[in-house]
Amino acid sequence: MQLIKAKGLCKSFGDFIAVDNVDLEVSRGEVIGFLGPNGAGKSTTMKILTGFLEPDSGDILINNIDLKSDPLKAKEFIGYLPEGAPSYSDMNVLEFLTFVGKMRGLKSNLLRTRLGEMANQISLKEVWNKPIETLSKGFKRRVGIAQALIHDPDILILDEPTDGLDPNQKHEMRNLIKTISKNKAIVISTHILEEVEAVCSRAMIIANGKLLANETPANLEKQFANKDIITIKVFNKINDVLAKNLKSSLNYSNIKIEKLDKDTNRILVSDAKKAPDLNAVLKQVNKFKLNIIEAGFVKSSLEEIFRKITTTNASS
Amino acid sequence: MKIYLEKTYIIFDRELRGYFRTPLASIFLLVFLALSSGMTFFLGRFFERDQADLTAFFAWHPWLFLILMPAIGMRLWAEERRSGTIELLITLPVTNMQLVVGKFLASWIFTLIALILTMPIWVTVNYLGDPDNNVILISYIGSWLMAGAFLALTSCLSALTKNQVIAFIISSISGFVLIMAGFNLVLSSVRSWTPTWVTETIGSMSFLSHFSRIQMGVFDLRTLVFFVSMIILCIWINVQLVQIKKAD
Ligand SMILES: Nc1ncnc2c1ncn2[C@@H]1O[C@H](COP(=O)(O)OP(=O)(O)OP(=O)(O)O)[C@@H](O)[C@H]1O
Ligand SMILES: [Mg+2]
Repeated sequence: MQLIKAKGLCKSFGDFIAVDNVDLEVSRGEVIGFLGPNGAGKSTTMKILTGFLEPDSGDILINNIDLKSDPLKAKEFIGYLPEGAPSYSDMNVLEFLTFVGKMRGLKSNLLRTRLGEMANQISLKEVWNKPIETLSKGFKRRVGIAQALIHDPDILILDEPTDGLDPNQKHEMRNLIKTISKNKAIVISTHILEEVEAVCSRAMIIANGKLLANETPANLEKQFANKDIITIKVFNKINDVLAKNLKSSLNYSNIKIEKLDKDTNRILVSDAKKAPDLNAVLKQVNKFKLNIIEAGFVKSSLEEIFRKITTTNASS
Repeated sequence: MKIYLEKTYIIFDRELRGYFRTPLASIFLLVFLALSSGMTFFLGRFFERDQADLTAFFAWHPWLFLILMPAIGMRLWAEERRSGTIELLITLPVTNMQLVVGKFLASWIFTLIALILTMPIWVTVNYLGDPDNNVILISYIGSWLMAGAFLALTSCLSALTKNQVIAFIISSISGFVLIMAGFNLVLSSVRSWTPTWVTETIGSMSFLSHFSRIQMGVFDLRTLVFFVSMIILCIWINVQLVQIKKAD
């Protein structure tokens, strides 16, 4: 079931178009990774989805409730971590989370349970009674996450949830997102691409306010595979003679054989002039009766894909 | 309806406690007490007047509030906008009206606390003589109403900026204009080139003329309506300003 359905979102600030006709659908169980260069419009889109900003045009259904016509009802389903994780610095963690919980309509029993769960799940126990202004950046961010989660919402919108966390905390945060994602629809924005690979079921790449890609990380990798280099992994020992024969039988200028471990090798085929033909190469390699484990084009890393997508768009 | 009021109350409660979370509240209350009694006893020649009433005490309130109410109200929206917490508030399932009213009420109740703490002055007067306590009670109510109008104005203007100091300054200046509107000097300079109804409207907008009637123990409906509608108008504008300025 789709918990977020947004169509044709546009938002300008003066002459500047920050969000340009963005569509977005998120189902229960999905984690969407929102990627894009600085100023791409990620935060602005998130502000629109949470009802903080009204879009110039476009419609948003939150759990099938129209955000524009019934904002109070729609907002109940959303937990939101704004960019920079703002909070009331003069309150302590308990006071702040209690305030948000009450505003979210949690009655005292449930509120107490949820506070306990937050303290454990997000490891806030040690700062529970400290004023938020005295907390480190990482703890402030975690308080922000707890605030977004306190009413156990169906929809979570987290603007850079792991920004400012140390590697351990980043890891914990990703695990947390993964565990809670089963029965929620989650949108996170991030600049860390490995995070998308680690937790997201879909990556949405946005630049200059436009949605440029909306794919699973695996599909993106396939789509942006590097068609110039073929890689073939074989479960065989390859001695010098075999290597020489392989090289002469393959009609390409650049053939490398890498030893991966005792019994497996990788053959990399590329050519300075033309893109190699995967079928032809496989046919040749098969003649040597090798055990092929894996064959295909070399994948680009998500980072390369990101750079490719966002820079080609910027120049066009 | 119950939930509507409940949410407003939670906002109110957080905001009012906020005043006491820092030493600011105690400092403010001390300053208020020191200034109000100091002005009464020294500047107001309380003892020389040889009259058991609180005229000297209340006469200073418009001028005192001109500085102190902006000091209480300046942070209400400016600070939310500066720290970004306005994003949290607005994405909660509440209306802007609930937020504005809750915050305003917190500052207004805080002033009520300040006024209640001046009770020793009232006790002193009763000890020294035999004042008309009805007049004093009416003056207290009028003073609190006037404070409410100042606060609503400040809260409204604090939504215009992210800077508390700027909020303070524009609120004080606006408050000054509203006090001065009743002075003959101002009125006569306007009278010469505008129709009478304009002059009368300006005159009737004056905090001072309304408050001075209250001080004499005259509590007419017009004054009540004036301050209450002033508060309602400012709250309404405040809601609009929050809507317009929230994302800037
Ligand atoms: N209230 C505003 N008024 C004017 N311009 C704005 C406003 N909010 C955002 N913008 C502009 O809109 C663009 C998109 O901003 P946004 O914050 O959505 O980017 P982002 O993708 O979140 O970037 P980052 O990765 O740096 O967080 C930016 O160029 C920003 O300057
Ligand atoms: Mg951003």
